[in-house]
Amino acid sequence: MINKRGDGRGLTELRPMMAKVGIIPNADGSAMFAFGDTVAIAAVYGPKQLHPQHMQNPSTGILRCVYDLLSFSVYDRKRPGPSRRSQEISKVTEWALSPVLDLKGFPNQVVDVQIYIIQADAGTRTAGINAASMALAHAGLPMKDLICSVACGKLDKEVVVDLDKHEEDFKEGEGATDFPLAKFATSDEFTLMQLDGKIPPERVKEVIVAATEACKEIYEVQKKALKEVVNE
Amino acid sequence: MTMESTNLTINTLKKMFKEGKRFDGRKLDNFREIMVSYDVSNKAEGSARVKVGKTEVIAGVKLAPGTPYPDSLDKGNLMVSGDLLPLASPRFEAGPPGFTAIELPRLLDRAIRESHMIELDKLVIKEGEKVWTVIIDVYPLNDDGNLIDVACLAAVAALKKAKIPELDENGIIDYEKKSEKPLPLAEGILPTSISFFKLGDSIILDPTREEEEACEARITFGVSNWNGQRMINSCQKSKAATFSSEEIESMMKMLPGKFDDVNEKLKKFL
Amino acid sequence: MENEINQVNEEETEVLSSAKKRRIVIPGEIIVTGEDYLPSDGTRRVGKDILAERFGLAEEAGRVIRILPITGAFVPRRGNTVIGRIVDITFHGWLVDIDSATSGFLPIEESPRFISKNEMDQFLAIGDVVAAKIMGVKAKGIDLTMRSKGLGKLESGFTFKVSPNRVPRVIGKEGSMINLIKEKTGCSISVGQNGWIWIRGENIDAEIKARRAIEFVTEKVHIDGLTDKMEEMLNDK
Repeated sequence: MINKRGDGRGLTELRPMMAKVGIIPNADGSAMFAFGDTVAIAAVYGPKQLHPQHMQNPSTGILRCVYDLLSFSVYDRKRPGPSRRSQEISKVTEWALSPVLDLKGFPNQVVDVQIYIIQADAGTRTAGINAASMALAHAGLPMKDLICSVACGKLDKEVVVDLDKHEEDFKEGEGATDFPLAKFATSDEFTLMQLDGKIPPERVKEVIVAATEACKEIYEVQKKALKEVVNE
Repeated sequence: MTMESTNLTINTLKKMFKEGKRFDGRKLDNFREIMVSYDVSNKAEGSARVKVGKTEVIAGVKLAPGTPYPDSLDKGNLMVSGDLLPLASPRFEAGPPGFTAIELPRLLDRAIRESHMIELDKLVIKEGEKVWTVIIDVYPLNDDGNLIDVACLAAVAALKKAKIPELDENGIIDYEKKSEKPLPLAEGILPTSISFFKLGDSIILDPTREEEEACEARITFGVSNWNGQRMINSCQKSKAATFSSEEIESMMKMLPGKFDDVNEKLKKFL
Repeated sequence: MENEINQVNEEETEVLSSAKKRRIVIPGEIIVTGEDYLPSDGTRRVGKDILAERFGLAEEAGRVIRILPITGAFVPRRGNTVIGRIVDITFHGWLVDIDSATSGFLPIEESPRFISKNEMDQFLAIGDVVAAKIMGVKAKGIDLTMRSKGLGKLESGFTFKVSPNRVPRVIGKEGSMINLIKEKTGCSISVGQNGWIWIRGENIDAEIKARRAIEFVTEKVHIDGLTDKMEEMLNDK
């Protein structure tokens, strides 16, 4: 039975978060989001012309996401260029964000979202989604809500929130289960759901509840960062 | 901003430079304010962030044990890499690197390598078999002109803070141990990139992106010290317009002062 | 011939008056609750609540709730005046880059005076800069006209960009800010709602002064006392 985690956090305690909006002047929207030592930056360019033409959709604009790790964000240097893992995360990130966007007013156009991880300590895709969500809002795009994302999970039998790198390697009992989720900030709609580990179906509800609670805290951090950009 | 500068603006810049004037009030040969900070990534062996005006570049140094090159069995390896991430500018596209993305790390590589700032002969783990490979990665985060010079500052600042990791008994890096062993660097050598840009008959330094896009030619010099003397270690002329021998001579006259100036500004942060 | 556009729509002048209740809101946030309110630009009604549909300044003007954008790319609207660059000449008109997601098209019939098909490139060549008005916004492109006062080709001077959301304060209430800058620098200035600005002055110093004044206005976040600060700044040097 674990009551406290390696870094002293409670089971449903998030790492200290940091967020800042408007960090890249050239972009239409930009933001940074950190869960503890995991730092993600996101930039949005668009809506703009989509090339090549055959990718254009005449009835709506499209969202295009790129996620990648910077070479020095991890201990074992990552070679430049998107890996299979990055490509997969890019796609699920796009699916995580597009439900809140209303791009019907931008036919044949594209909104490009770039997410880069500057320092990786687990939860990178969730930090990336949180940053991208703020950057999309900052870019003035029509959105129904913000998206909040957190890597929930399970350590042996305990449901936990915001796994860090050490916890991903947890081996006792049922081991570590990584369960990243993303949802609309103010409604019960989940847009990202992935899982890696062992969890009986009856316990999924606990994770969903824990994620929903954690997302409320994340939303407050995102909201504050967006409102503060005007004061600079 | 995706629309390119208009010809009207380019003509106005030409006239302004002729009168020694710039929109931000600087003299033609002044650099913008330089700001350096560190600890961009705690997974890197050294890292730095440099802002010159609104141009921002981050650099990280990674070390890994590797095999030496056959023609330098008694030396460590150096590699300079990087990418012009599309997020830094509306001009950068995703996909295979364009020329600028290829050129930038190569220019930095030559400037740093030829300066012998890194004492590669002190990076041998087992002679002929195992050496340290130093990899510098630079990433512009916001392009407001003069990326090469700014990227060089970031790379050098990151190198100055870099530490050699501890190896465990199997020769594998133990990242949990925080090393205090600094990367062996030659005393007093700070390779500096100084790029001269030409528009019409005027030569300027440290352009904003608007100014850089109007310029017709560029020469980038890698400069450092050797035996107490300032030395040019590398050079590359880019873009189609030409330089006269008089212009080259006037750049040679400006270079030592500029090198000292930029070095002084960087040293405040070292 | 002075080709100056300083048009500002009435609703934009109102960005500057602080008489109405305003606060920053994020997408999905509830602005007000009540059946009496009317959702306008950037808002929608969900049950009893009026929700923000984008990031910006929520404004309550009587019962009407709307969002004034403070960030984001230029969204072209009919009636906007813009500054653009000729990028191509076709059989029917000119293709104009107005720095928006879709390109602009200026039909030959919309020139300020009659232009025959043979003199098209003499009138406007590729690379020329124009001030034009948006007649219509379609999925394929934006239709432009130059048949209005203050529109046409811009000669000499230079262009630069500011954030389109700051254009109303560059112009000022009833043009007060832009007129102040013009007066103090002696420059001709055209302000496009797409954020592109054209300046032409008697000399380089006047042009630099005018640009720096405009950039000062756009970079300051709080606009109280801005006009006084500008007067001060323009009276120096």
